[in-house]
Amino acid sequence: MSLALIAALPFLGALLPGIMIRAGRNTCALATGSVTALALIGLLLHAPAVLQGEVIQTQITWMPLLGLNANFFLDGLGLLFAGLILGIGLLIITYARFYLAKSDPMGQFYTYLLLFQGAMVGIVLSDNILLLLIFWELTSLSSFLLIGYWRHLPEGRQGARMALAVTGMGGLALIGGMLILGHIVGSYELTVILENRELIQQSDLYAPALLLILLGAFTKSAQFPFHFWLPHAMAAPTPVSAYLHSATMVKAGLFLMARLWPVLSGTDLWFWLVAGAGLITMVMGAVIALFKDDLKGLLAFSTVSHLGLITMLLGIGTDVAAVVAVFHIINHATFKAALFMTAGIIDHEAHTRDIKRLGGLRTLMPVTFVLATVASLSMAGIPPLNGFLSKEMMLEQAADVGFFFGLMVTIGAMFSVAYSLRYIVHVFLGPKRDDYPAKPHDPGFGMWVSPALLVVLVVLIGLFPNTIVGPLVATTGGAVIGSTDLPYYSLALWHGFNIALLMSVAAVALGYLVLRFHPLFEELWNDARRPEAKEIFDALIDLCARGADRVTNLLHDGAMTRYLAIFTASAVLFGFAAFMGGTHGSGTRETLPMSVVPIIGWLLIITATIVTLMVHRNRLLSLVMVAVIGLIISIGFAYLSAPDLALTQLSVEVVTVILLLLALHYLPKETPVESTPGRRIRDGAIAGFAGLGVTGLLYAIMTRDHDTISWFHLEQSYPGGGGTNVVNVILVDFRGFDTFGEIIVLGVAALGIYAIIDAALRGPASRRLANFKPDFRRAGDRHPMMMVVATRVILPVALTVGVFIFLRGHNEPGGGFIAGLVVSIALLMQYMASGFTWAQKRQRFDYHAIIAAGIIIAALTGVGSWFYDAPFLSSAFDYYTIPPLSEFELASAIAFDVGVFLTVVGSVMLALAELSRIGRHTSVSVNKDAMDIDPRADTPAAKVEGH
Amino acid sequence: MLSHWIVAPIILPSLMAPLIVLAARYDMTLQRILSLGATVALVGISILLTVAAAGGTVEVYELGSWPAPFGIVMVLDRLSALMLLMTSLLALAVLVYVVGTDWDRRGAHFHALYQFQLMGLTGAMLTGDLFNLFVFFEILLIASYGLMVHGGGKLRMQAGVQYVIYNLAGSTLFVFALATLYGVTGTLNMADMAIRAQSLPEADMALLRTGAAMLLVVFAVKGALLPLHFWLPNTYVHAPAPVAALFAIMTKVGAYAIIRVYTLVFGPDAAVTGSMPGDWIMPVAVITMVVGMIGVLAGGNLARVVAFAAIGSMGTMFIAVAAFTPESTLAALYYMVHSTFAAAVLFLIVDMVQSRRGTCGLQVLPPIAQTGLIASLFFAGAIAMAGMPPLSGFLGKLLVLDSVREQGGVAWIWGAILIASLIAIVGLARAGSQIFWKAHADETTDPDGTMAAIPAQPVALPVAAVLGLLALIVAMTVAAGPVTDYMQATAGQLYDSSAYIGAVMGH
Repeated sequence: MSLALIAALPFLGALLPGIMIRAGRNTCALATGSVTALALIGLLLHAPAVLQGEVIQTQITWMPLLGLNANFFLDGLGLLFAGLILGIGLLIITYARFYLAKSDPMGQFYTYLLLFQGAMVGIVLSDNILLLLIFWELTSLSSFLLIGYWRHLPEGRQGARMALAVTGMGGLALIGGMLILGHIVGSYELTVILENRELIQQSDLYAPALLLILLGAFTKSAQFPFHFWLPHAMAAPTPVSAYLHSATMVKAGLFLMARLWPVLSGTDLWFWLVAGAGLITMVMGAVIALFKDDLKGLLAFSTVSHLGLITMLLGIGTDVAAVVAVFHIINHATFKAALFMTAGIIDHEAHTRDIKRLGGLRTLMPVTFVLATVASLSMAGIPPLNGFLSKEMMLEQAADVGFFFGLMVTIGAMFSVAYSLRYIVHVFLGPKRDDYPAKPHDPGFGMWVSPALLVVLVVLIGLFPNTIVGPLVATTGGAVIGSTDLPYYSLALWHGFNIALLMSVAAVALGYLVLRFHPLFEELWNDARRPEAKEIFDALIDLCARGADRVTNLLHDGAMTRYLAIFTASAVLFGFAAFMGGTHGSGTRETLPMSVVPIIGWLLIITATIVTLMVHRNRLLSLVMVAVIGLIISIGFAYLSAPDLALTQLSVEVVTVILLLLALHYLPKETPVESTPGRRIRDGAIAGFAGLGVTGLLYAIMTRDHDTISWFHLEQSYPGGGGTNVVNVILVDFRGFDTFGEIIVLGVAALGIYAIIDAALRGPASRRLANFKPDFRRAGDRHPMMMVVATRVILPVALTVGVFIFLRGHNEPGGGFIAGLVVSIALLMQYMASGFTWAQKRQRFDYHAIIAAGIIIAALTGVGSWFYDAPFLSSAFDYYTIPPLSEFELASAIAFDVGVFLTVVGSVMLALAELSRIGRHTSVSVNKDAMDIDPRADTPAAKVEGH
Repeated sequence: MLSHWIVAPIILPSLMAPLIVLAARYDMTLQRILSLGATVALVGISILLTVAAAGGTVEVYELGSWPAPFGIVMVLDRLSALMLLMTSLLALAVLVYVVGTDWDRRGAHFHALYQFQLMGLTGAMLTGDLFNLFVFFEILLIASYGLMVHGGGKLRMQAGVQYVIYNLAGSTLFVFALATLYGVTGTLNMADMAIRAQSLPEADMALLRTGAAMLLVVFAVKGALLPLHFWLPNTYVHAPAPVAALFAIMTKVGAYAIIRVYTLVFGPDAAVTGSMPGDWIMPVAVITMVVGMIGVLAGGNLARVVAFAAIGSMGTMFIAVAAFTPESTLAALYYMVHSTFAAAVLFLIVDMVQSRRGTCGLQVLPPIAQTGLIASLFFAGAIAMAGMPPLSGFLGKLLVLDSVREQGGVAWIWGAILIASLIAIVGLARAGSQIFWKAHADETTDPDGTMAAIPAQPVALPVAAVLGLLALIVAMTVAAGPVTDYMQATAGQLYDSSAYIGAVMGH
């Protein structure tokens, strides 16, 4: 079976349990089990070849640009781990079937489990370190789901988040480390990396790479000081603890260290970091384990301790130590998984895992007792079990390092013996009690068969190590040290009288004594003040979260003035910085002499601006001042021979001011004082700089000659565009597409106004409006007769002017845009003079439709040119003569201009209609007829309220 | 015949939107049919254009038959096609969601505004003219404002006003920048400006740089780079969540504009600006990423969490943009497409949560209807957003990390990216476990089952929309090889601008 398929099988199979649970729990478990079994068979088919020293590879190209490929390889190390993962996985699946309660969603559980399994298999088979990273993070994610499986338990949620945070952090560090490693070697292929020991260790980047990779490995394998998440992950259902947190996932870090052992180990840095962390973890874990009353807590810390032991062996850096590490990985997986399952059985049957509430289970649960005892004794390192073998070899290796190491590991082993015995003595021995939460009894066969199989292995490996695991240890050991030239070691129960045996005996004897005086030590332990990792972690995360909240709120305080101040300041700063970085020569263009008209305009505009600043709290007055500024700009355009711009600006000003006045009617007339003097000075300074900057920019640009594309427009306006008014030809032809966009902006704005007001009038704003009281004295004669008559007389004239401006636009100042505005103003006047209701009655077209029609006409004009095989908006024009008229021109641009015209009129009128719709929602009476007199004329506003 | 298809992504929605207003404004079903039909067609056209552009030729469409630089041109190259495809796929998914949840009934003119919005987006991605880009920015701004305040409400209106004012300030600066650039170079066509910028007299350099810098600030506003991102958080939080999902593309328009202008006109080889754009973007990009992810951890409200995650992802993407090398631009493009879909997925889920809980605050409430389904969708979306494997976020992050390795201060950049990822993971895990897990802790305290009374809502279309987006993310992961190949070609085309300039200027 292809290696890629072996890794993919659990992922593909993860869908099955979710579906098969509908067929019952047995079917679900069976389906899950067969997926794992299939993968295991596929793996074992490769075993003979691998044990003979072959390396099997599969390669699938995935993302060659990055060097990320789905390449897998299988050597001894991979075989060992994949075998453990799939083999123990099979047992766990069996066990979980009987462990989980009926109310637990089993399908979900098995799905998560298979996802995890796939990720694990992926890690150990990856030949590409980027691919390995992917699987690595996937184990963090799937274990997050598994730990949080009982989502109603706070311990589950918190444990899951803690595990994710810690292992996630390690995973991210690992990403950095792997990228550096790949950078040094120039390849992300593991097989290539493993051949470049010299290159890696001589690189300047070796130390950072090593640190980051170890951070990943230590967090995953719960090494000090990152060990604290593992005990909290025990909130997961016991099958998960047995599988992830003893047999497989926590070994991923060990796997990584073993995998990269040939290229990373052997330096002082490696020794001190890895062996040091391992030693501390081993001793500390063993000590804490002794004082845990929770069975799973005890096992969790004992796992921490054993992981430390293996880490230490890898850290020592000698070939023998590495082989011993491999051997202990096998042994630990067998007895620890079995122990977790017995703990689960006890919890399941006695409904408690608290050692203080247990004891005397020997006769009540004989099968469990036997299994737990054998596994515990192996953990304690008692012959003839497998734990003894590897422990002896470990002690010897530690003793070889030096006295201190030897002493420390003996102490660790002593505590290890103590807690192992405690698991037997305090749980199974002693008097029977009558206060168990439930009546304990042995579980059914399905539940104890899995640990039983493991316990059989524990004994067999202990008795016949060479037969059972000899070849595997040899192949794996060879893979770890990266050479087929294995050091001398002997897997045997008896090595003669040596230092290791002495240490072992001392550890057992002292361990027994420690357990004898357990109550005494416990008292001391409980009185001691220890830092609680969970509290520290929680406090830290909480602090970060609150800090984050503070920073975020401080930064985003919602004050628009501040946001705009920052924006303006940034624009000024960046603009200025960019300017200073380049060379600047002042312009050479002759400046015009000063004359009277511009000086007057200049004075007016300055005055109007200053007055606007002074009166800006009075909204109506400042609007008038702004209008003055707009007027002067229009005059400026006219003075500078730009009649089109002047006309446009003028009509835009008129329409804007009218609409703003109408809108202001319903708003407060004064702007409240909201900013402090200090802030006003700050904002003034920023605005001043921005203004000066813009002035400088304008001056610099206007005083230099430049070579623009406008000559083309001037030249082509008549022959190419058919019009002598180049501004209009630019608008409807050269850059007609811009105009098309701009009328859409206008149309969308009007539709937006409609949508906003429509929504607002359906909300609470409508009720506020209903209580609206005019805050100005109202004129008695709302629709003065003079104005009504005048506007009606003017209307036909204005419309004619509109048509005239429209038609001549192509050649003389004018065009659809201006015409639209002029006509809109004429219509606005009708509404203002005679009232909305009266005017609306005489208007048959829906404004939405006018806008839409305008845009469609403009667009279709553009599309029309497709039929002549010309690009969108290509214009065509020709000259016709119909007697008795003189020759005239018809241009497609005129149709486009009609679209512009309609959109402008529709948009302005829709905005007006919506403003008046607000008015009709108020309690203020609305006229039905033109020239009506308000009966409440000339009464002060205050009195009106009385009605 | 390809030629007219280039403008089809602009013309189609610009015709469909007024048609919806004109003919369908009283009938929601007809509006939906027209709107969905147009969007499906847009997807089709985008695929066609992407296939066409993949060959590597730069297609130019001269509007009104006026040659560049005198008229306006639309230009289709690989980058434009990629942006179009991404936009149209996102638009279709969001539209399906909106139809499935009846969001479009909550206010007037949703579909018309939606189509106009699409027109603004596609136009901005196709145009080869800076002033025309301004026009399309205006269209998408005004249409997005309409969409943003769709349905009304006090907070939404407040946020809307801030959104529109802030962006209008940006538009104003855009005009200043354009005036400066036109004043110095005398052209608005990007390709032409690229040529002219090369041969400008020394004395004009400072002014040209100023124009380029102001333009960068404008695009940074759109791209939500710190400290110009202030429009984003409240907008995304208070906009209708499906609209926020569509807005995932808005920031990318800013990114697109930066990539386009600062490779074509003011590229790394341009003497006048040199490395200025990259030097400026890099630090603020890092800060943006960090501040964004800190906002994720701050929590408070699921919509806010997602909004800040979006800011953070923009920071990550801009780190790659700032390096301005073909490799980094490839990384930026991949990350951009990914983060757009990821943010959209999360915003749609925010809406699912909000419509069932009545709030998207993170307080503990009893479990919502369909909690398992929504929780798994959230999990997938969060994985994508945080850049965890196996989804494309992880690949994107690797690409970004890999592409900046030659940059100065790479240790800092890597450290920042990895730490920001960790903050995001913790933040998203907190938010998710609060809403989807902690809810179950209260089952016992909700004996009368008040929350259970909230009926399950129709999920077929909404879930299909979310799954569709997730499928795109998965596709980007599985087909990472071909996708990155296309993007590598795209980046290559960007840094060898002679083909683009030649096509536009008719050499």
